[in-house]
Amino acid sequence: MPRENIARFLRLGLFPHIFCAGCGHGIAFHALIRAFDALGYNPEEVMVVSGIGCSSRIPGYINANTLHTTHGRALAFATGIKLAKPHLRVVTVMGDGDCAAIGGNHFIHAARRNIDITAIVLNNYIYGMTGGQASPTTPHGARGSTAPYGFIERQFDLCNLAVAAGAVYVARATVFHISQMESFIKKALQKRGFSFVEIISTCPTQFGRRNRLRGAVEMMEWLKNNSVPLSKAKEMSDEELEGKIVIGEFADKEMIEYTELYHSLCKAAIGEGMSK
Amino acid sequence: MGRVVFWQGNRAVAMGAIMAGVKFYAGYPITPSSEIAEILSAELPKVGGIFIQMEDEIGSIAAAIGASLAGLKSMTATSGPGFSLKQENIGFAIMAEVPVVIVDVQRGGPSTGTPTKPFQGDFMQARWGTHGGFPLVVLSPSSVKECFELTIEAFNLAERFRTPVVLLSDEVVGHMRERIELPEDSEVKIYNRKRPKASPLNYKPYEADPEDDIPPMAAYGEGYCFHVTGLVHNEYGLPTNDPKEIEALNLRLLRKFEKGKDLLVKFSSFELEDAEVVIVAFGCVARSAMGALREARKLGYKVGLFRPVILWPFPEEPLKKIASKVKAIIVPEMNPGLMVREVERVVGGRCEVHSLIRLDTEIITPEQILEKVKEVA
Ligand SMILES: Cc1ncc(C[n+]2csc(CCOP(=O)(O)OP(=O)(O)O)c2C)c(N)n1
Ligand code: SF4
Repeated sequence: MPRENIARFLRLGLFPHIFCAGCGHGIAFHALIRAFDALGYNPEEVMVVSGIGCSSRIPGYINANTLHTTHGRALAFATGIKLAKPHLRVVTVMGDGDCAAIGGNHFIHAARRNIDITAIVLNNYIYGMTGGQASPTTPHGARGSTAPYGFIERQFDLCNLAVAAGAVYVARATVFHISQMESFIKKALQKRGFSFVEIISTCPTQFGRRNRLRGAVEMMEWLKNNSVPLSKAKEMSDEELEGKIVIGEFADKEMIEYTELYHSLCKAAIGEGMSK
Repeated sequence: MGRVVFWQGNRAVAMGAIMAGVKFYAGYPITPSSEIAEILSAELPKVGGIFIQMEDEIGSIAAAIGASLAGLKSMTATSGPGFSLKQENIGFAIMAEVPVVIVDVQRGGPSTGTPTKPFQGDFMQARWGTHGGFPLVVLSPSSVKECFELTIEAFNLAERFRTPVVLLSDEVVGHMRERIELPEDSEVKIYNRKRPKASPLNYKPYEADPEDDIPPMAAYGEGYCFHVTGLVHNEYGLPTNDPKEIEALNLRLLRKFEKGKDLLVKFSSFELEDAEVVIVAFGCVARSAMGALREARKLGYKVGLFRPVILWPFPEEPLKKIASKVKAIIVPEMNPGLMVREVERVVGGRCEVHSLIRLDTEIITPEQILEKVKEVA
């Protein structure tokens, strides 16, 4: 049984959940609701929006304001909600395919606008729900059900993308580094503006199986052995960083937030109307 | 009696939306609809509403649906290519029962087609464009006055039926200017969505009122914690795979329109009493049809006009009645012959049905229609 204070964020009636044994998504899900609880949030003030995919099924299990949208569109729906109800603490939960392929456009523009949303991507390097097809974050050379000879494309670095698009907080953790993951999520939630946390997750069913990481344990070992803290990575060469997961915080800055700007614009427009 | 204005159709849509209480607009520029966004970008901030230009049309309707779920009357406007992009999320709004108004100011298609020219090629797409085949409501203005009135009506129907409503305008109607007299605020009927009476603890987001089959709607951020999904869901809004629950939802999505069908018939008709030939036309073409009717009457032809204003659901019963009394129906339209299919289906052999199409994106003239009248009378 989950702890009482965490349980208030769960729709227990919907369990058991759909995730496979060994799926990393549940670990990230747990960290997310622990962060809500640690920050003293109430379900009524939390809004969780997702797209489509295994990861995007998470909001269904969360007792809060929740919305499961169309593939790739979580951030666009969330933009409407945040503008309509600025007091809501809006979080999107997306998969790597969801956020970086079909939803890539919304991702860069939500970051550019600096709207106060916390975007969480559960990056398992693969399209989990649809059966292991390659995604924009599939490592070069890895196998997927649509990359039987190895993936020839370059892997997308979503943290670099978020930084370049203007996100005010950007961090990467893995589901192996639980307390770091939780602390990044907490910081992101508290940040005013567009914050992004990429969580490297595990999909033994669709990714591991095709890439010599047969079970959940092997995948965890792989996360543990291949992760490099950002401070250390800065001293490593590109060759040394090949195949490594760089974890840490990539951006943490202050910048005026979008709904605040919009609010000022309205005040000015109303003022102009009155002075006429 | 209100103020008299000389407005463009697209302005009348924007101002009709303000009158209806729109508080959220998201859109992406596209001819011939852009004036609606431009006007609302100026007007919405003055009434504490929100305007946002999104990165594309998919994001625009997504943001509008999100804002509607958070309690605001929401809309988006576009034209052909953008209307195609919105289809998936129109389906989401049907499934999740989210009120939202989508304006499609039609231009020539397929593809980029003829951006600055009128066309009526989205007649079928408006009804059948999203996958699944489930209904929504489509309105068709023929004048600037109707752009204003039907935009209000579109919001009222969206709010009442918890459904996306398409206002299917066209380049002629959207860009022409006419003098109209605005109603006083007190003369305008506004319908707002039903709010739940149940407390947050007892609220089931998809438990419908038995009398109209429409569930009361809570808003995000107002104390009700509920789930909304595009998956088939039960009364709690949670996904289900149970065939019984799936069928129950699907049937209710049909039944709510069936129960409210009296609110969903709107047409105008002229000189039907003794008519032997009836022109069935919508949008800008209905204006030419009116001209043709007048000329034909002068020449002694017994001609009538039937103009569906709510295009979908298609006005089957009134049209059937007409068909059983007349010799022939003529369907002039600026597309490859779309409404004529629906007319033929409804008429079911009760009278002759003649198609008149024009594909050069020039508006069908009264003379053309008159020629056809002479041919079939
Ligand atoms: C428009 C659209 N295209 C494709 C799909 C099919 N689809 C469902 S989930 C998914 C990918 C999920 O992968 P990811 O986002 O990485 O999430 P994961 O399942 O791995 O958590 C796809 C392509 C869809 N539902 N909608
Ligand atoms: S397919 Fe992969 S991502 Fe989906 S639940 Fe199973 S392990 Fe998790």
